[in-house]
Amino acid sequence: MGDPSRIRAVATGDEVEVKILMKHIMETGQRKDAAGKVIPAHFIKTVEVKCNDKVVLSGLFGPAVSKDPFLSFKFKGAKAGDKVSVMWRDDTGDTRTDEVSVA
Amino acid sequence: MTLNRRDILRITSVLSLAFAAGILKPSDVFAAEWSADVFSAKGLDAAVKALGGSSFAVSKDISIDAPDIAENGAVVPVSISSAVPNTEYMAILVEKNPAAMAASFDIPAGTESAVTTRVKMGMTSQIHALIKADGKWLVASKETKVTLGGCGG
Repeated sequence: MGDPSRIRAVATGDEVEVKILMKHIMETGQRKDAAGKVIPAHFIKTVEVKCNDKVVLSGLFGPAVSKDPFLSFKFKGAKAGDKVSVMWRDDTGDTRTDEVSVA
Repeated sequence: MTLNRRDILRITSVLSLAFAAGILKPSDVFAAEWSADVFSAKGLDAAVKALGGSSFAVSKDISIDAPDIAENGAVVPVSISSAVPNTEYMAILVEKNPAAMAASFDIPAGTESAVTTRVKMGMTSQIHALIKADGKWLVASKETKVTLGGCGG
């Protein structure tokens, strides 16, 4: 269970802009530590954003996404008070879901 | 209230059923599967092949917003957007990274075909925005110079 994601979802008309900041180390598996040993990869692989149980964006990440991944996009057909949830799963099977209301 | 053995059995069986139902929710079913082939392909051509496409065309209807010069290759903001109708899939690729594919997105109806995220770049490279619309693969590219690589080592 990782740290909570920061999510902001703001409605303008019937369009909602979502900004997400996930908390994750996103280790590539390419880096070496001071002793020259490869630091094992550890990164988010899948992200799913839902609005009231309808998927509005699903993403696949590789290790080239920056540490603490940021994601923003817009979707239509929601209003203030609707629930937006963000679920991620990393390569170790760890998963986390966070939810906010559309403002 | 006293519970006899029968009651306790009944309660635990109901609880365990509910628990199983909760676990079995299809929350981990994604439209597209994470594929090691796609995420280890070197360069744009190989990545498109790994995705099952045979060819791609350069399109003016895709825009890609990334800095001309990135001081820190570990955090390069990239926005991609597509004006192509029926854009169903979008991806960000960095040509000279150890694996080109950085992130890909399925765009359901109702979601704008534009996403912003941040990627790592090992060195100065082309960044590609790859999209799929009506079964066709389209791409736009932009070069970003990196003064400090993002892959350590």
